[in-house]
Amino acid sequence: MPIKFLLITLLALLLFGYFIGRKRSLALKANNGGAKKTLHSLPKYYGFLVSLWAGIPALIILLLWTAFDTTIITSMTVSQLPEQTQQLSQDELGLLMNEIINLSQADKISDVSANDAKMLIKQTAANNFARFSHISNLAKTVLVLVMALMGLLLGLRYIRAETRARNYVETAIKLTMMGCASIAILTTFGIIFSVLLESLQFFKAVPITEFLFGTTWSPQTAIRPDQVGSSGSFGALPLFVGTLLIAFIAMLVAVPLGLMSAIYLSEYASQKVRTVVKPILEILAGIPTVVYGFFAALTVAPVIRDMGESMGFHPASESALAAGLVMGVMIIPFVSSLSDDVLSAVPQAMRDGSYGMGATKSETIKKVVIPAALPGIVAGILLAASRAIGETMIVVMAAGLAAKMTVNPMEAVTTVTVQIVTLLTGDQEFDSPKTLAAFALGLGLFMVTLILNVISLHVVRKYREQYE
Amino acid sequence: MTEAIEKRDEFDVEIKGTVGKPFADDPKFESRNVDVFYGDKQAIFDVNLDIAKNEIVAMIGPSGCGKSTYLRCLNRMNDTIPICRVTGHIKLDGEDIYDKHQDPVLLRARVGMVFQKANPFPKSIYDNVAYGARLHGLTSNKTELDDLVEKSLIRAGLFKEVKDDLHKPGTGLSGGQQQRLCIARTIAVDPEVILMDEPTSALDPIATALIEELMIELSAKYTIAIVTHSMQQAARVSNRTAYFHLGKLVEVNDTDSVFTNPEHQLTENYITGRFG
Amino acid sequence: MKQSNTDKIKASLKKRYAKERRFRLYGLISIAISFLFLLVLLVNISIKGLPAFHQTYVKLDVTIDANVLGIDKNSDHEALFSADYSIIITKTLKKMFPDVKSRKQKRALKKLVSNSAAYDLRDAVTANPNLIGTTHSFWFLAKDDVDVYAKGNIDRNLAETERRVKDFQLAWIDQLEKEGRLKQRFNSRFFTSGDSREPEQAGIKGAMVGSLLTMLVTLSLSFPIAVGAAVYLEEFAPKNNRWVDIIEININNLAAVPSIVFGLLGLAVFIAFFGVPRSAPLVGGLVLSLMTLPTIIIASRAAIKSVPSSIREAAYGLGASRVQTTFHHTLPLAMPGILTGTIIGMAQALGETAPLLMIGMVAFVADIPQGITDPSTVLPVQIYLWSDSPERAFTERTSAAIMVLLGFLIVMNFLAVLLRKHFERRW
Repeated sequence: MPIKFLLITLLALLLFGYFIGRKRSLALKANNGGAKKTLHSLPKYYGFLVSLWAGIPALIILLLWTAFDTTIITSMTVSQLPEQTQQLSQDELGLLMNEIINLSQADKISDVSANDAKMLIKQTAANNFARFSHISNLAKTVLVLVMALMGLLLGLRYIRAETRARNYVETAIKLTMMGCASIAILTTFGIIFSVLLESLQFFKAVPITEFLFGTTWSPQTAIRPDQVGSSGSFGALPLFVGTLLIAFIAMLVAVPLGLMSAIYLSEYASQKVRTVVKPILEILAGIPTVVYGFFAALTVAPVIRDMGESMGFHPASESALAAGLVMGVMIIPFVSSLSDDVLSAVPQAMRDGSYGMGATKSETIKKVVIPAALPGIVAGILLAASRAIGETMIVVMAAGLAAKMTVNPMEAVTTVTVQIVTLLTGDQEFDSPKTLAAFALGLGLFMVTLILNVISLHVVRKYREQYE
Repeated sequence: MTEAIEKRDEFDVEIKGTVGKPFADDPKFESRNVDVFYGDKQAIFDVNLDIAKNEIVAMIGPSGCGKSTYLRCLNRMNDTIPICRVTGHIKLDGEDIYDKHQDPVLLRARVGMVFQKANPFPKSIYDNVAYGARLHGLTSNKTELDDLVEKSLIRAGLFKEVKDDLHKPGTGLSGGQQQRLCIARTIAVDPEVILMDEPTSALDPIATALIEELMIELSAKYTIAIVTHSMQQAARVSNRTAYFHLGKLVEVNDTDSVFTNPEHQLTENYITGRFG
Repeated sequence: MKQSNTDKIKASLKKRYAKERRFRLYGLISIAISFLFLLVLLVNISIKGLPAFHQTYVKLDVTIDANVLGIDKNSDHEALFSADYSIIITKTLKKMFPDVKSRKQKRALKKLVSNSAAYDLRDAVTANPNLIGTTHSFWFLAKDDVDVYAKGNIDRNLAETERRVKDFQLAWIDQLEKEGRLKQRFNSRFFTSGDSREPEQAGIKGAMVGSLLTMLVTLSLSFPIAVGAAVYLEEFAPKNNRWVDIIEININNLAAVPSIVFGLLGLAVFIAFFGVPRSAPLVGGLVLSLMTLPTIIIASRAAIKSVPSSIREAAYGLGASRVQTTFHHTLPLAMPGILTGTIIGMAQALGETAPLLMIGMVAFVADIPQGITDPSTVLPVQIYLWSDSPERAFTERTSAAIMVLLGFLIVMNFLAVLLRKHFERRW
């Protein structure tokens, strides 16, 4: 039975459970009409209770089964393969299994009639795979439905006047919501788990010191035949330098412009101007990064190249400058809205004190407001820097692939994010050092941005407390 | 119930002009027909008041009576509120401070202000006091500035307590010390008038007493206008007292006569504690 | 002393006010630069993209010769369908330009019309077999080079070697133009077909459907989970609890994690570990919902927080339980704010590209996806793919696709603003 129908049947069972539970409890109430005992909860809660009994165990089984059945069926199929096929390396086995799975889905189970021995093996395995899948599917359907029915019956037995149905239902709701909140933690764990495991495997092949301090990055080609994995060299230092160079250019644009915009808006502009200008600035933040990337690559980069040439430089067609400038503009609203929040948190009394001594507005801003807001502003800048470091599309489209170690903004550099994208797009198997390197880069990226975020969030929090 | 209505009658005494002695022979500040509006709402009605040189004038009255608003007119602090509008004339040494040729920056250097809540800048004690001098370019070298800071702190009675911590943040001081720091900061610019907006309302009695002493000392050199919530404070420090009610200046007189022999019914009600 | 102080201040005032004006000007300039950039960006994209909404068509008088096709009016559908109509198109073109002799030019001649012309002709003949043996005028889709030239985007004065379109081709196009055989029509194909290797046939329907499916998955996951999490954290979570603190820190931090890291998570966990199909809206939606969760949670919490506690107390006073109070009173009152946050989160997700590259949504997919497990792409990724293509006609289409994407985003944000304005409540 396809999963769709199974879900629909399950839903029908839940509805049935709800109505029968409600009806039973109403009947109970009617029978007890004269007696002292009244129902503890409204009838609908008894209905929900029955539904919960029917639904929760069945759903848990369904989820677990669906999550793991492919893995189990695959390993069962593998165990049925001839001995020597099983001896194949992990990669080859994976490829073979892909073929087998495709084969099993291609047609209805075809007869084993191929002459080719290899084909025969595959065909047999495909038949096995299809058979196991079929059995698993059948077992899943039966088990889930039986669980649902049993739960429903069990739930019905709980319909008694003294059952605190509402409390049970509410506890279930609360637990569900708590589960929702915990997804944030699961996500963080998921990220750490996924990047860390693959990275550890990578560092088995490439020593961590070579990765961090090596100055040659060419994952595509082998430099020495005896090189680990014989698929290139993984010194990521040029990527780190490139990332920092572009992020630095971006911050050079975003910090002064963003900060001055925020100052103008929060200190000088009238309420009317604010309500018009702020949303327009926010548009810059709402434009998808792929649009910025397109603009940087097709419009800004040629302009910079022409300008550079007319000034006697010879900029690369994909210069760090173009990507950095456009990224800077993208970050302006980010810096300005964070600074705006921080500036308006500085108490008016502080400003009054300065005006009261005969300071002009700009003197008050420069000498009192900004120093008072400094921790918050710095935190905002850190957050913006973390965004610049993690920005992907602009650099993928405008920065280039050449892993050159340079701080010349006119040259093409590459970044961590560009390399992650390059290494992982396209079809390659999952376990090659190339793909693993992407996860190692991802780990580095995650760690750096995590540290920046945690510091700045902490500073902002402390800052808020100071003025609350 | 009837009592409440009777009490209401006591509030409803009509205010016709100001009684007492609103004018002085040797005025530093002269206010004539001053009205203040916040948007459409009028906060101050036709105030006429002189502040004489080197005297301490106390302004008292129930919350929201307009005494602080009036005080903030005297150095144009109300300019920072966009919807606030001031009409009438306020003259400092005979010059109208709301004249369009008048510069609020210069005015505020001449008329300093101490606020209700001590608001030291988030800088060191030294930088707090030096702020105004640096701003206005009053000193020409480091020694002069050091001198000025020390002198101001001594005059504010704070130097002994902080002389070893001049480079620690001003926000680390106690409430009373912070307020004296703000006074030191103000007198460092050497203003002619000091406005004080309930300077002790957030302080404990001992700190309050210190500041009150300081005010009396300072009055030898400066003209002081103080808004206070405490009638006792007004009685202790001021030469003259002005009573505000619902945006109107009800009565001004020598402090003694206001507290011992009020002319206006409302003033009497207030100082005898019937309301406020 | 006093007088001298006032004089000193007066002397410095002019300079100080000049500084004041300059500082203010810096602020204005900063804002102006941002505005200017925004304007240049939007105008630039519009200028590049607007031509893509029109498409050049070429009129050919086609003689549908039964002998060439090897069919007649009585052939069955199968035969009609599988005949080679491209020969007829080629023949027609050769007849129109009889001077063409060299192999190179002959090959170029075929490229006056798109290769979809043969399919259009096939569809016309299968629909109406009576056309066989007659001569009929058809408007066929022009090849991209013809289209670009007809729109005036190729400079004739450039040296021939630097042009994609050579002199002899220009002569053909001029002749077609003179005979009134070129026409610009609204490019409806752009909205009704999927991606294609041929720029003139490429459309964004596949990407739009892919985006829609992905957004549906994202919304149906992130909205309930985010609301549940926000309600829990605001209404039920014990205060000063370690676990709750950790959750809060996590949410704030996840909001600032680079999006590409979520792509790595999707690749390693959803695809490699759980075996969700690659390149499908399902896995895209899963990743994007994890990414938008923090945004929606933070907005929802703010909305729930702004509901005054007096309303909760009133409900408690009537004997409602905490859960009942939350679902009957607090949540409905907070809903406008929650929905606004959700729309903003969805707009973010709609424009997101990087994590989707990780999970294989960059494949070339010509078919329109039918369900959430079909391989597909989304609008921003389609933009990325096209932007990589060297053909001028693709640049035009990239810009047009950007305009469509920005259009959707503007509508969504406008909706959010309306919602906020309409339901804004001051307690």
